[in-house]
Amino acid sequence: MKYVDEYRDEAAATSLLEAIRQRATRRWTLMEICGGQTHTLVKFGIDRMLPDEIELVHGPGCPVCVTPLEMIDRAIAVARRDEVIFTSFGDMLRVPGSDTDLLGVKAQGGDVRIIYSPLDAVTLAKKHPEKEVVFFAVGFETTAPANAMAVWTARREGVENFSMLVSHVLVPPAMEAILADPANRVQGFLAAGHVCAVMGYDEYEPLARKHRTPMVVTGFEPLDLLQGILMTVEMLEEGRFGVENQYARAVTRDGNRSAQKLVDEVFEVSDRKWRGIGEIPGSGFGLRDEYAPWDAMRKFRMEGISADEPEECHAGEVLRGLMKPLDCPAFGTRCTPENPLGAPMVSSEGACAAYFQYGRTG
Amino acid sequence: MTISSAGATLSQGPACPIPIDRYPTVTLAHGGGGRLSDTLVRELLLEAYGNDELARLGDGALLDLGSGRLAFSTDSFVVFPHFFPGGDIGSLAVHGTVNDIAMCGATPKVLSIGLILEEGFPMEDLWRVARSIRAAADEADVRIVTGDTKVVDRGKGDGIFINTTGIGVIDDGVDLGAHRISEGDAVLVSGPIGNHGIAILSLREGLEFETPIETDSAPLNALAARLRSDLGDDLHALRDPTRGGVASALNELARASGRGIQIDQSTLPLDAPVQGACEILGLDPLYVANEGKLIAFVAEDRAEEALESLADHPLGQGAAVIGHVTEGPAGRVIQKSSIGGSRVVEMLSGEQLPRIC
Repeated sequence: MKYVDEYRDEAAATSLLEAIRQRATRRWTLMEICGGQTHTLVKFGIDRMLPDEIELVHGPGCPVCVTPLEMIDRAIAVARRDEVIFTSFGDMLRVPGSDTDLLGVKAQGGDVRIIYSPLDAVTLAKKHPEKEVVFFAVGFETTAPANAMAVWTARREGVENFSMLVSHVLVPPAMEAILADPANRVQGFLAAGHVCAVMGYDEYEPLARKHRTPMVVTGFEPLDLLQGILMTVEMLEEGRFGVENQYARAVTRDGNRSAQKLVDEVFEVSDRKWRGIGEIPGSGFGLRDEYAPWDAMRKFRMEGISADEPEECHAGEVLRGLMKPLDCPAFGTRCTPENPLGAPMVSSEGACAAYFQYGRTG
Repeated sequence: MTISSAGATLSQGPACPIPIDRYPTVTLAHGGGGRLSDTLVRELLLEAYGNDELARLGDGALLDLGSGRLAFSTDSFVVFPHFFPGGDIGSLAVHGTVNDIAMCGATPKVLSIGLILEEGFPMEDLWRVARSIRAAADEADVRIVTGDTKVVDRGKGDGIFINTTGIGVIDDGVDLGAHRISEGDAVLVSGPIGNHGIAILSLREGLEFETPIETDSAPLNALAARLRSDLGDDLHALRDPTRGGVASALNELARASGRGIQIDQSTLPLDAPVQGACEILGLDPLYVANEGKLIAFVAEDRAEEALESLADHPLGQGAAVIGHVTEGPAGRVIQKSSIGGSRVVEMLSGEQLPRIC
């Protein structure tokens, strides 16, 4: 298949692996930010094909995984209301809240639906004027423009029975938190290509300078990842830091300006709590005051709902690259995709789910 | 994406014999056992898929299937939407059970049709489904010999559910199954995978692709019979990879046989629109359902012959050798990735959910 097979070519992969082998003279620890990249690495067996010098640790770039427990509980509370049709991307439905998950709410009679585009939720609201349609807006910068478009459309068309439960997070503040942590082991980053396709990568440059760390904007196909790893290793070996762009076929330094403009019109930067990590200042988006009528938090008065993370789940350490899924005592025993303790075992981008799904049991 | 292609073919047949102006939809009385039930059975169902045996309307069918071994299988069909590109719940219900029997190494002979209808189900749709059942049964060369119809209150069903049960006869000496899978066996699939699941998903979710993706739903008994006659004892096992896809079918056989199975990602046959849809939706085609494909385990040195045998049949177009049986690790399916790495292919856990970013 065109534009797919080219990036999964064995001969090209072999020569990139050989180049990495030749360039790496000592141990380096790299972090891939995005959970989509984690899945490609494990699915194609790339992490095991790399030379021993290169250790990959998995980053916090799974929006489902970092959504705090209390936000799931809020989603569950609103989804239980009789007048509500609750809409969400599929991944969120099995993420455990304090006492159930959204699939459980659906089984008990709640109207919970999977949708593929946030605009579908607005359409649904127009079709059911007697109902309140709530969309669970979870994601990084990648999904922010589409979610912003939904609220913007609802406001323009006066769709008042639509609202959004926003749990948007931003990548650069999370990278700052990882780099500033005294326990940090990460020496170079594969930055998330899709996030940068929207936002560009100029905002990473001060971060790279401050922490003297190489960052390579990287795509999601096997060859993208191998080339991103090679570029990061070359920067590390040569003692360089800064931002380089492997994913030039999709990413420019400035990103997608019109998408950014729409995001800025609808959202403002706010403090956000990350599951397993805690609150990071300025690390998320919230709806601007002009869009308050479409903010489910305000509409359904859910600020009071809060929850503490279960102690047995080590999601926070996994998400910060301090622990590999296999090192978690609950992995594959008390925590499986059918009975997850935390979101990384559920999401299609969660590191624990990747290890489990692709048979990494030891 | 339209369903009109399937609709057009069906509506070319005779018109629904129950006067639409009197009963445009199924009512509770159609399942009450009285006059209306009788009308529904005689004028619609028997008209669509009746034969002399069924027309006797006895309490059960009396069968003379010879003295050999029988294969007996049942399956229920709850697919929604009821009509989809390339098929509908009626043809699917026939194919599903016919294929299960064929995978046992048997020749399917007779079928029962159990209908559970929801009050309000359009009579015209029931007629289309019944005609489709007939066409599928004729194509598969099976007789419908008994049936049952019930009607449930509106809101207690999803329009129509169908149960089919079938019986097939097994020729002397035929022995297929996981117990015959041996180290070195070649693993073949009869054509491109994932079409049924993607056809249903894209229709259900309103996803439109430039090329409409059709279900592969088809009766596999003729294809299976050809493999049996061409390969004889060197055909070791057959399986149709329906729900859970090829990955789940291979895992079941790896466990049941106590062997390992190694497959090669680059040899998996995939239609480009299905591959495209899977890429967009974040689905792995290995886990997507098929309704007209079989997986065959054959002796290593007969792999080429098996491939030719499949490719000679219209339902075996695009067949491929996708892997082989290994001594171990027992119960495990390993896939070699296109770039040379490897991973374990696990059973499907829950439903495959699309990615969100």
